Amino acid sequence: MEHETQERGDALVVILAGEVDLEHSPTAREVLLAAVSHKRKVLVDLAGVEYIDSSGVASLVEAYKIAKNQGQGFALVAVNPAALRVLRLARLDRVFSIFDKLEEAL
Amino acid sequence: MIEVRDLVTHYGPREILHGVDLRIEPGEIMVIIGGSGSGKTTLLRHLLGLKRATSGSVRLLGHDLAAVSSLELFELSKRIGVAFQGGALFSSMTVGENVMLPLVEHTRLDRETMEIMMRMKLEITRLSGFEDLMPSELSGGMIKRAAFARAVIMDPVVLFADEPSAGLDPTVSRSLDELILELRDAMGMTIVVVTHELDSAFRIADRVTVLDQGDVLFIGTVDEIRRSENERIQNLLNRRFKEEELDPDEYLARLTGERSRT
Repeated sequence: MEHETQERGDALVVILAGEVDLEHSPTAREVLLAAVSHKRKVLVDLAGVEYIDSSGVASLVEAYKIAKNQGQGFALVAVNPAALRVLRLARLDRVFSIFDKLEEAL
Repeated sequence: MIEVRDLVTHYGPREILHGVDLRIEPGEIMVIIGGSGSGKTTLLRHLLGLKRATSGSVRLLGHDLAAVSSLELFELSKRIGVAFQGGALFSSMTVGENVMLPLVEHTRLDRETMEIMMRMKLEITRLSGFEDLMPSELSGGMIKRAAFARAVIMDPVVLFADEPSAGLDPTVSRSLDELILELRDAMGMTIVVVTHELDSAFRIADRVTVLDQGDVLFIGTVDEIRRSENERIQNLLNRRFKEEELDPDEYLARLTGERSRT
């Protein structure tokens, strides 16, 4: 898994790529929790994610909850169909704000 | 995904499987059906690597189960999930702890992550809010659901389910069938179900393997099995359809000892 955090205006964009699986989700969690700790809007770009398992999704849920409690914006961007199916199974597509493109979410 | 070649097995001197050949493709739901003594439970144990064969081979996710080391088998076990017939929940642990157990044993994830994963699986298996109950407080159907939640907690590539609908009423049984279909569709899992319930098999199967006294009688789709002209297959199906096509008048006559009017 690769990751990068960029500043885009007011927002922090966390770009995740590759496989967010049991092995790598602890890293994803650290990156996400670090991003929400800045009390800015956080957008998670999942365009390059080939596979995300439920440990990865759980990290997204955790980060989202912290952001929400702190009154920050938090959204997912470019969720691929496979990842969307995993989110839908747990009805999380109704919980997260999901945008097709980064520009729409900024 | 799974490949069984000429599998011969014994319990003591008694031969149970007489040369079983079977391939299970990625993403398919394969239902293995057969009556008691057909060898289906034995076959399942071999697919899981729990027993050594007399001859022949079982390959699971590219590994020959007879040749893997115990470490490799441990690694493989992380990629498969098993929902056991009786649930096999630990009675001294809460439902949530039971569901999380594979994560505690196999991963170093943060506790928070594990708990969210556990609650997600309880959502999927429609057990949300039950994590703090003890297994003894659950109904039979809920125990099966909890067993499924635990079996899929690690997002397995292959899910095995042993008699998922045995002992359940038809409505609960149907809802477990739906759960199996949802898991496959959403997670792309390969699912192997062992059952003696034909209705359930026909609802969920992409393909069905019929075992009869240690032999594979038939492998094919639900449509193919319905069209089969094999007498033993037809007997199997007719047993079921006869029950379904009950003539109430005739049944009443039978019960009251009245002779048929025809």
